[in-house]
Amino acid sequence: MLIPVILSVTFILFVILSLAPGDVARMVLGQDATPEQVATLNHQMGLDRPLLVRYVRYMGNAMKFDFGRSWTGNFDVLAEFSHRLPYTLLVSVLALLFATAIGIPLGIASAIKQYSLLDYGSTFIVMLLFSMPAFWLGTMCQIFFCLTLRWLPVSGISTWKSFILPPVILGANTLASMIRMSRTSMLDVVKMDYIRTARAKGASNHDVILHHAIRNSLIPVVTQIGISFAGTIGGAVVTESIFAIPGIGTMLINAVKGRDVPVVMGTVIFITIIVGVINLVVDLICALVDPRIDLAS
Amino acid sequence: MSDTTNEKYLLEIKDLFVQYNTDDAVVHAVNGLNLRLKSGEKLGLVGETGAGKTTLALSILQLLPKKVGQIASGSIKYKGEELIGKPDSYMLGLRGRRMSMIFQDPMTSLNPTKTVGDQILEVLQLHFPDLSKAEKDAKVDEMLQLVGIPASRKGEYPHQFSGGMKQRIVIAMALIAEPELLLADEPTTALDVTIQAQILELMRRLKDQFNSAVILITHSLGIVAEFCDNVSVIYSGHVVEHGSVEQIFGSDAKHPYTAGLINCIPDLAKDEARLKPIPGRMADPRHLPAGCCFADRCPHCMEICKTVPPRMYEKDGHQILCHLFEEKDGK
Amino acid sequence: MLFGKKKKPLSEYSTGELIMFRFRKNKLAMVGVFMFLFVTIFILLAPLIRPYDLVVKQNISHKLQAPNTQYIFGTDELGRDLLARILYGGRISLFCSLAIIGIAFVIGAIIGGAAGFFGGKVDTILMRVVDMLMSVPSALLAMAIITALGNGVWKLVIALSIGQIARFARMVRSSVLTLRNMEYVEAAKCFGSSSRRIIIKHILPNGIGPIVVSATLTLGAVILSISSMGYLGLGVASPTPEWGTIISENKVNIQYYPYLGIIPGICIMLTVMSVNFIGDGLRDAFDPKTKS
Repeated sequence: MLIPVILSVTFILFVILSLAPGDVARMVLGQDATPEQVATLNHQMGLDRPLLVRYVRYMGNAMKFDFGRSWTGNFDVLAEFSHRLPYTLLVSVLALLFATAIGIPLGIASAIKQYSLLDYGSTFIVMLLFSMPAFWLGTMCQIFFCLTLRWLPVSGISTWKSFILPPVILGANTLASMIRMSRTSMLDVVKMDYIRTARAKGASNHDVILHHAIRNSLIPVVTQIGISFAGTIGGAVVTESIFAIPGIGTMLINAVKGRDVPVVMGTVIFITIIVGVINLVVDLICALVDPRIDLAS
Repeated sequence: MSDTTNEKYLLEIKDLFVQYNTDDAVVHAVNGLNLRLKSGEKLGLVGETGAGKTTLALSILQLLPKKVGQIASGSIKYKGEELIGKPDSYMLGLRGRRMSMIFQDPMTSLNPTKTVGDQILEVLQLHFPDLSKAEKDAKVDEMLQLVGIPASRKGEYPHQFSGGMKQRIVIAMALIAEPELLLADEPTTALDVTIQAQILELMRRLKDQFNSAVILITHSLGIVAEFCDNVSVIYSGHVVEHGSVEQIFGSDAKHPYTAGLINCIPDLAKDEARLKPIPGRMADPRHLPAGCCFADRCPHCMEICKTVPPRMYEKDGHQILCHLFEEKDGK
Repeated sequence: MLFGKKKKPLSEYSTGELIMFRFRKNKLAMVGVFMFLFVTIFILLAPLIRPYDLVVKQNISHKLQAPNTQYIFGTDELGRDLLARILYGGRISLFCSLAIIGIAFVIGAIIGGAAGFFGGKVDTILMRVVDMLMSVPSALLAMAIITALGNGVWKLVIALSIGQIARFARMVRSSVLTLRNMEYVEAAKCFGSSSRRIIIKHILPNGIGPIVVSATLTLGAVILSISSMGYLGLGVASPTPEWGTIISENKVNIQYYPYLGIIPGICIMLTVMSVNFIGDGLRDAFDPKTKS
């Protein structure tokens, strides 16, 4: 199921990126290059062939795990991506853990104690986080915690402390989603008829929440995690830029600015595949948690 | 005199007033309701939608929505003990064990992520924690067989059962602790007619087996006639007529509302061109009228009905709340 | 209509008027409306407040001044008036976002409407393309398009629109499909209503609700996207004034001149917050049952 989607996505991306200025060779060689040199390089890079041919060649190479070399840097796309991926994944996973570990309990607690100070407080935090640009939060926190207070390293990945602030910034938006989603879900579940049935059986509030409400309320939350992940990957670009983390994000930004097509193409494809796989995993988890979902489908 | 009479009744409700405090207005759902139920008695509670029947049932179990629902005044006595004002911990011991409730819609009454067996087992875990696991499992199996569901299916989930079977599961949950009082809120309304009959038959069998008293809430007079010993007709949150099934259906003396309800049912024997509904709608529970609540729909409405609330007149246990019967009552 | 008082009993209002009434009652939503109007008016009146040349005019002798009477928002390290840069920067952040939503809404509605209405092959082809576009995270898709098109405000608008067009197309298609089969449409047909009447009286008010709500809530996300791209220097870059670029170009100085970072950040936050309030208010107004 995933394969045809991947194929078509690569085609669309290829088409989009083919709109990049044809004179890449000139860019690579510089302004002083002679027309002959440009033509030679164009031919070498295969940039003078029709679109479909180029696409087929690209996909052919891709099957052999050859995604080309960077036009502006001197590296192999797949190799560099693999080298940088662990850092991005580490920060992203930490961000997700942060967001779920704090967000879900906070959301559930807000729902249980509706209209309390906790509830209003977390609603306020959610509002703030959804309106705040991540790069601003990141920059301000970096200045405050790293420069002014000197508690944390400003950038890079030198110590374990380098991995405290970036995940928090990256996970801020997901944190807000988790709080809001689990709160809403819990409030919905508590109004359900089967909760009333449980109470009529003599279950205390504590029993009802623990044994009946939580499992049901987590089902939409799991789905939300999957959706948030795609956004988290997009946000990783910003976070890595602020904290100079040598991950996929920094590579991508430079590639976009330098109009380095192979790098952009490869990176976007890889990340799309990763996001697709994550969504499949999320679907599987949903099917495991919710007995109404048929695993076969 | 009052002490011995209290002992006679399993459930005694006096002058109960229940309201919902919403943002717009106060909804007076139950207004001065009186009810007495003996052990093992089958009482039918008849009335249209919005008459306050479900509110009454929830009030007995003290399960009204916490912020909005409020028992304004009155008394609910269970086996002589006043329930209103009792802490939640006391009610937890009663619910599911001594009094249980079946709700209207079986499709949504069961937890979709728990197996059917676990949900029935939960009642035992809550109220008979000392039983061993084997004993509990055996009881669950036994109960499932009693309601006509193979015990082998207890590991399945609610969505794998039909509506009728779901309701049986709900009944199993309600009766496994052998309660003294069963509140059944329109248990068959959401089911089709053939299943209705099966469910009622099941309830009758089980009620006899465990000798539970049953309050059957319904808007169907047919079900009441078939299943119940006594009937209370409810309108605008209070009882307008009470009596045995024979008195309600057979006697000439009737509250005009009851008469209207019985008239609504088309007669198979006669050739009728039109149905005879009761015109108008029930009084707005946010703004109850000063006199009789039924006045604006009553074909026998008199001047006094609009301003003075009627008294309850009684003859041989047949009670009617209507000015029409003033002369008949000696008091 | 927005500011009148309730005169008739509730049952006599049309669906549209009821929605407006519920929206009005929502205090947070009204705060959002005022905040948004406030920001928009200021940005629109930018030329009256500060002439454009102040945006680029460098006055090194006045550099890095904290907010004072002459420079209400202070100056940056090149002596440029921060207020001017923020006012004109707001034009890009805000108006481009509105343009993106507008474009996405219109084109998405056409595509989604066509897919839902005609069904069959048209539907399949259109939705395949939409699905493919949606499986790529939107930020990455925008970056790919920027790589292809290069820098420039309008190119940024196109880049961010494509992803949104796909989302809107999906939503509109789903609305059209649902409503086509709704029972009340069949009921209306039974009563003899003409197709046009059905569409106007029934489909439009019920179908458009979720789409309008989604559009408003997405507007906030788009404003954040644009400023993020600006911060990274993709699409728009310094010295073009845009709330994101302003923050990035002043990064080095924020530690000792915090107003350079705080002020543009708060502008973004207030604008997005106001839009979110409006979106939430609209959602509760269209369907009060979902209110918690």
